[in-house]
Amino acid sequence: MKIVVCIKQVPDTSDIKWTENNTIQREGLESVMNPYDVYALEAALKLKKSYDNIEITTLSMGPLQAGDMLKKTLALGVDNAILLSDRKFAAADTYATGKTIGTAIKQKLPDFDLIICGQFAIDGDTAQTGPSIANTLNIPQVTYIQEIISSENGELKVRRELDDGTEIVKVKLPALICMLQDYFEPARARINGIIKAQNSEITTYGLDDIGLLPEEAGLRGSPTYVSKAFRPEPKNTECVFVNSAEELAEKIQICKGGKND
Amino acid sequence: MTKEILIYAEVTRDNYIHTVFFELANKAQELAEKLDEAEVNALLISPKGLAADYREAFKNSGISKIYVCEDDRLKTYSTEYFTKAAVEIAKEVQPEILLLGATNQGRDLAPRISTALHTGLTADCTGLDINEKGQLAATRPTFGGQLMATILCKNLPQMATVRPKVFKPAEKDNIKPADIIYKTVNLDEIEKKVELLEFHKKLTTEINELDSAEIIVAGGRGMKNADGFKLLKEFADKIGAAVGASRAAVEMGLASHDMQVGQTGKTVTPKLYIACGISGAIQHTIGMDKSEKIIAINKDEKAPIFEIADFGLAGDVFEILPELLKYKALTEDASWKKLP
Repeated sequence: MKIVVCIKQVPDTSDIKWTENNTIQREGLESVMNPYDVYALEAALKLKKSYDNIEITTLSMGPLQAGDMLKKTLALGVDNAILLSDRKFAAADTYATGKTIGTAIKQKLPDFDLIICGQFAIDGDTAQTGPSIANTLNIPQVTYIQEIISSENGELKVRRELDDGTEIVKVKLPALICMLQDYFEPARARINGIIKAQNSEITTYGLDDIGLLPEEAGLRGSPTYVSKAFRPEPKNTECVFVNSAEELAEKIQICKGGKND
Repeated sequence: MTKEILIYAEVTRDNYIHTVFFELANKAQELAEKLDEAEVNALLISPKGLAADYREAFKNSGISKIYVCEDDRLKTYSTEYFTKAAVEIAKEVQPEILLLGATNQGRDLAPRISTALHTGLTADCTGLDINEKGQLAATRPTFGGQLMATILCKNLPQMATVRPKVFKPAEKDNIKPADIIYKTVNLDEIEKKVELLEFHKKLTTEINELDSAEIIVAGGRGMKNADGFKLLKEFADKIGAAVGASRAAVEMGLASHDMQVGQTGKTVTPKLYIACGISGAIQHTIGMDKSEKIIAINKDEKAPIFEIADFGLAGDVFEILPELLKYKALTEDASWKKLP
C-alpha cells in the first residue's frame, strides 16, 4: 500500500509577536510541524508497523526550509519525501492549495492508495484542505478519525469521533482521511533513519513540474483573498481577585444566580 | 433577477433541523437588507416525505423558499451523496452566498461543495457583512486567534461556515410559511465508497453538554493528570456544570476532543465559565470570552486568563477545588455555610 501523508509547517502560534504596524512579526518565528499532521504521520507509521509492503511518502507545500521538517520524517521511518516549493504557490487559499497538492499527487504519485491529512492546521484552522484535495482527485474522504482499526482487501476500517457519538466506517481505497488524534507512543528517530535522512535529498517540484498554469496556483489561483487583517480588540475586564476559596465560592454562587445569605 | 442567499439546513441524526441553521437564517436577513433585498432560502437534503414536516420547523426563520432534494438514500449523512445534491442545486439556483454551519457535517461537506463549484470558502467566521461593493465580507480569527482577517471571494457563490452559537437565532413570529420547491438530483451515478457500519450514540451521561450548558468548568495544562481531571469532574458535577478543556489538556490525553473549547474546538457562551489551570492562550479564550461571567483559578497571577476574567483566585487548583467542594450552597439553594 502506498500512503501519502500531507504535512504543513506552521508558525508556533503560542509565540506570536507584533510589529509596530500591527502585523505579525514573521522573522524569528519558530516553525513546527502542525500537531494534527503529527497524528497523521503517526497513523501512517503505525500502519507500516502492522502491515507488510507499506511505502510512506510525506508531502509538504511551503518554502524551501520546510525541507528540514520533511527530512525529520525520513528519520522516523518514512520512505520518500516531496516538497512543493515555488514562489508561484505562495499565498494560496485552501482551494488553490487543494488543487496544487491534488494535482501534484496525480502527476507524481498516481498509484497512491491512501492520503492521510491532519484534521486541522493550527495556524489557519480551516479543516478545508484535506476535503479539497480529495475533491480535486475525485476520491472519497473520511474526516474526524480517531483511530484506524484495520486495512484489509483494499478497504480501510476507521473510527470517527463526532459530537453526538462515534462511527465505525468502511472506506474503499484509494481514499483520503483526516486524523483528529490517535493514542499511541510517538515515533522516535532511529539511527539508520537519521543516517538516511542526512544523506537524502528532498525531491522538490515547482509549478511547471506538476503541469499547473500560473493562474491556477498561489494567490492568482485563489478565489478568496484577505482584504483586511487586524488585531482582535482585547476584552477590557477588570479582574477582581479574591483571596480565599470561601470568597471564590461566594462569587461562584452570585454568578450562578443562586441565593446567597 | 432576485439575488439569493442560500443556507444549508442540516438535519441532525435524530431528525431535527440543527440550531445553527436558525442562527444563520437570522444573520442572513441582515445581510439580505444590504444586498438589494435578496431572498433568504434554505437547502434541505433529506429522505422522502419529510419536507412537509420540516416546513413547520422552518417557521420563524424568515426564509422564503425551501429547496428540497429528497431521496431515501439521504437518510444518513454521506459526503458523496450530499455533495452531489448540494452542488447540483447550487448550480441551478446560483445563489450569491451559500452558508453552512461549522458542525462536524458542515466542515466535512462545505469544502467538497466549494471545490466542486470552483469557489472560495471561509471557515469558522465570527462576523459576516456586506461591503460597499455588495460582496460578502467574512471575518474570522486566524493564527490561533491572534489575528482577525476579513476575507472576500472573487467567485460565486461566496461560501462561508459559521460555528453554532456565534450568531443569535431570530425571535420573530412567523411571517409567512416558506414555499417548498422540490429539486431532482440523479444520485445513481454516484458510486458510494464509504459505508457506515456502526454508530454508537453517546449516552446522555456521556454527551458533553457544552453547547447548552449554563455553567462550564474547564481544565487546562494546570490540571496536570487524570486525577486532576477527576477532581475537576467532581466539582463540575457538584455545581451542575459541563466539563470543558483547553487544547493543551486534550493533547495531554486528559480530555477528549469534543470537550475542547477554543479555536480547534467549540465556541461556548455559558452564564458562567470557570477556568481551572488554564493560562488563557488566545486560541482558547476566543472560544469562551463571550461567556457572561468568567472566573479563573491559576497559580500564576500574571496568566492572561485573568485579563478576561471577572473574578480570579491566584493559587493551586489542587488545593482550591477540594476547598470549594465543601461549600454546600454551591450545590443547593441551601443556607450559606461550610460543611464540617
